[in-house]
Order: sequence, then structure tokens, then C-alpha cells
Amino acid sequence: MLKLLKHLGQYFIMMNKVISKPEKFKVFWKQLLLEIEKVGLNSIGIVLFISFFVGGVVSIQTAINMSNPLLPKYLVGLASRDSLILEFSPTMISLILAGKVGSSIASELGSMRVSEQLDALEIMGVNSASFLILPKIIASIFFFPFLVIMSMGIGMIGAWIGGLSVDLKTVDFLSGLKYEFTPFYVTYSLVKTVVFAFIIASVSSYFGYFTKGGSIAVGKSSTKAVVSSSILILVCNFILTNLLLA
Amino acid sequence: MIEIKNIEKHFGDVHILKDMTYKFEQGKTNLIIGESGSGKTTLLKILVGLYKNDNGSVLFDGIDVNKMKRKERKALRQEIGMLFQGGALYDYMNVEENIMFPLTMFTEKTEEEKLERVNFCLNRVNLDGKNHLMPSELSGGMMKRVSIARAIVMEPKYLLCDEPNSGLDPKTSILIDNLIQEITKEYNITTIVNTHDMNSVMEIGEHIAYINKGEIWWTGSKEDLIKSENKELNDFVFASELFKRIKNV
Ligand SMILES: Nc1ncnc2c1ncn2[C@@H]1O[C@H](COP(=O)(O)OP(=O)(O)O)[C@@H](O)[C@H]1O
Ligand SMILES: [Mg+2]
Repeated sequence: MLKLLKHLGQYFIMMNKVISKPEKFKVFWKQLLLEIEKVGLNSIGIVLFISFFVGGVVSIQTAINMSNPLLPKYLVGLASRDSLILEFSPTMISLILAGKVGSSIASELGSMRVSEQLDALEIMGVNSASFLILPKIIASIFFFPFLVIMSMGIGMIGAWIGGLSVDLKTVDFLSGLKYEFTPFYVTYSLVKTVVFAFIIASVSSYFGYFTKGGSIAVGKSSTKAVVSSSILILVCNFILTNLLLA
Repeated sequence: MIEIKNIEKHFGDVHILKDMTYKFEQGKTNLIIGESGSGKTTLLKILVGLYKNDNGSVLFDGIDVNKMKRKERKALRQEIGMLFQGGALYDYMNVEENIMFPLTMFTEKTEEEKLERVNFCLNRVNLDGKNHLMPSELSGGMMKRVSIARAIVMEPKYLLCDEPNSGLDPKTSILIDNLIQEITKEYNITTIVNTHDMNSVMEIGEHIAYINKGEIWWTGSKEDLIKSENKELNDFVFASELFKRIKNV
């Protein structure tokens, strides 16, 4: 408990340093583009791959469980749509990104810490926290929603193809996708994504930035980053769902 | 000139630096020697403000760092070049970008002016044309030389070097030592070098402070060192057979 409070205090001190005006906008812009490539573009492949197959499996399972002829045919499309939009794309994809992006952020900052690169920045008079972490947070908040929208799209294509493989007619699937569509679900999903993006980038940066020791410590920081951001994502998911949907 | 007055530092319960008072002179290579773990790096980091001292003061050319305004402290940082033990080059930037970085961050120079300055510094450390190598492609000695180039690119008044020879072969070590010495004389800067390498001491030791048990135990030049009767100092410096023989002739 005391340790948790210490982490919390240190986290807020760090965030206070992070949120400050960049020294030079040209340099900041360059860093931001670099981060968008690292945290965003490099994750597109894995997001599309996972979403396609999970979408497919969701629709196959729904179709099999609902083979009762009394149930309406559009149900498969409807169930796939809602589970993708509400839970899979924002939460599961964020958990996967916590693993991929979170560990890479923590190990990057951690190795810069142990090799004194962060000290070297500070000596020159550069605010190392702001210089390195702010672009990561902004890149994540800006780019993760795109990843999640892509995930929804590809997931539904996967669901459609999955449906075809168990003889579900395209017309039925499409009517399910359109049936009582609530646009607010997408808003809800994107709000969650932005919160999760902030958690992943800032919490992972925190563990990386305060790494102490050598290369073994870097590995530990990166594990802590993934575990902590995953837990926080799940807790915030619960809270946000209560606030926004209930 | 950099002065420390009554500097104290604890890490938890451990008293690392006890009441240290000393003057690092301008235009000289000031050496700090002492065993591993004696607090040399800690002292350097206190000087540049990476660690806070518990007590005492640090003065740069007579001005107390703690009494400086934020702006003045920031300006001071740009007058300090530091060479880290592991080089601490930014590993996602190539040699040129590494050296250019402080110029980009803190000056309004044009691209051509910056490049000219970078090439001048690269030439100064004998690395002409290595602009586009990445840190991972450099040997230990080259890495140190790039760090020196980066440390001097802003024309610092103070140059602080933490174990510039660690991990280098004896020949490269002496090259680096001499380079630091030459730069110090050329630009008349205040240079401080941390080392536990006795070859360096004999090569460039003109103003040496020996740290032992958290105190400045002994000070002098390399000539004084050879004549010294201080037991702890002799045990430390003349630990090897070879050095014992040198001492005795
Ligand atoms: N950030 C720190 N926290 C706690 N102890 C430290 C820290 N930095 C250094 N120390 C301890 O202080 C002592 C002096 O370290 P250091 O200044 O690195 O010695 P040297 O550079 O002379 O080898 C060592 O015992 C080291 O373990
Ligand atoms: Mg050291």
C-alpha cells in the first residue's frame, strides 16, 4: 500500500514534468512523427491480423449456438457487431497494445536510463521527461483510436467470412449489422480507447523512466509496465462502462 | 574554476561524501582518483546538478549554483560538457545527429553552420567523415571520441569526464587522455576527469585529488604523488608490482 502511494506520487511528479511546453516545436514535431511510426504504424499488422480472426470466430460460435430455427437470422451479425464494438476492439486490442507498445516504451526508456542517455539530456538542459514521453503519449492518444476503428472494420469482415463458412447468408449477416445500430456505442468505445492509450503510454513510460540498475532491471521494468497497464485497463474498463453505459 | 565547499551526500544511511572542500582550476585537467565506489561519479553528478547535495555549495566561477535563477542555471548547463562512463550517445541518432543535437536544441544556427561546427568537432577528435555511422557501429574508443565531440560542440567552459578510459585498451586510453588534455589547454577550460586508471594519472595528472572514505584524502601533482608518504594513497596508487618498482627507483 505504501509502495503504491510512492509510485503514485512519483508518477504525478513525472507527469508534471512531462506536461510542459516543448523546447523547440520543430524538434518536437520530428519526435512525434517518430513515435507515431513506432507506436502506431508498426502495430497495424498485428491489430488487423488478430481482429480478422477473432471476428471470424465470434460469428461462427454465435451461429452454431443459435442454430434454433426460431431465432432470427440477423442475430449473428448483430452479436458480432456489438461484441466487436463494445468490448473486443477497444479493450482486447488495448490489452494487446499494452503488451506490444507498453513493453517497447518501457524498455526503450529503461535502457536510456541505465546507459545514462537520460542524464546526458538533462545535463544539456533538456527536460528529458517531456522531450521523450510527451510525444509518446500524444502519438498513442491520437493513433490508437484509428487502430481500434480499423479493428472494428476488419473484425466485421472476419465475422462475415466466418459466417459464410457456416452457411450464413450475406443478406442475413448484413441486416444484423444494421439492426438497431446505436452510434453511441462507437463513441463509448473510442472514449475507452483514448483512456487506455493514455494509460499504456504514461504508465509504461513511468516504469521505463525510473528504471534503476542494469540491463536486468530494464527487463523487469518492461514486465511491470505491461502488468500494471493491463490491470489499470481492466479496472478503468469496469469503471467507464458503469459510467457511460449503465 | 569550479569550487566545492563543505559538500555532503548520503544515500540512505550511507555517508558517501563527507564535508568536501576543493577547487578545480581553470586551464588544467583536474583529476579525481579513488577506488570504485568511493563516490567519484556521485561528486560529478552533484557538480552538474543531477544529484542534490545534502549540504554545502557548488560554485562555478565564484557563483553559487543554488543561488542562481532558473534561467541562469539553464544557461550554465549549456556551458558544461559532460562525458559519461558509457558514452551515453543517443542510440537512435547517428554520429552527426548526436553531435548536432545540442546545437539544434539551443541555438538558432542554420543547417550549414551546424554541419560546419559538427565537422569541425569530428575533425578535432580524428573522426572525419564518420558522420553517418550509428552508435552501435562504433568501437569503444570511437564512441568515447564522439562523446567528446558532442561535449565540446557548444564550446563549453567546463568539461567533466567520468572514467573516460573505462573499457579501452592502454593505447586508446592514452589517446583519449591526451585529447582531453589538449582540448583543455586549447580552450583554457576547467576540466575534471574521474579515473582509477594509474596510466592516466601518470600521463595527465597535474592537479590530483584522491578521494578516500568520503573525504579528500590527498591533493597534489603527479610529481608529488611519486614522492608522497601517504599510506592509503600509496596502497591505492602503487598497488601493482610495476608501479611499486617505479616508486622505489
Ligand atoms: N542513486 C544511488 N542510490 C543509492 N546509492 C548510490 C547511488 N549512486 C551511487 N550510489 C552508491 O554510492 C557509492 C559511490 O558510487 P559512485 O559515485 O558511483 O562511485 P565511483 O564512481 O567512485 O565508482 C557506491 O557505493 C554506490 O553504490
Ligand atoms: Mg563511477
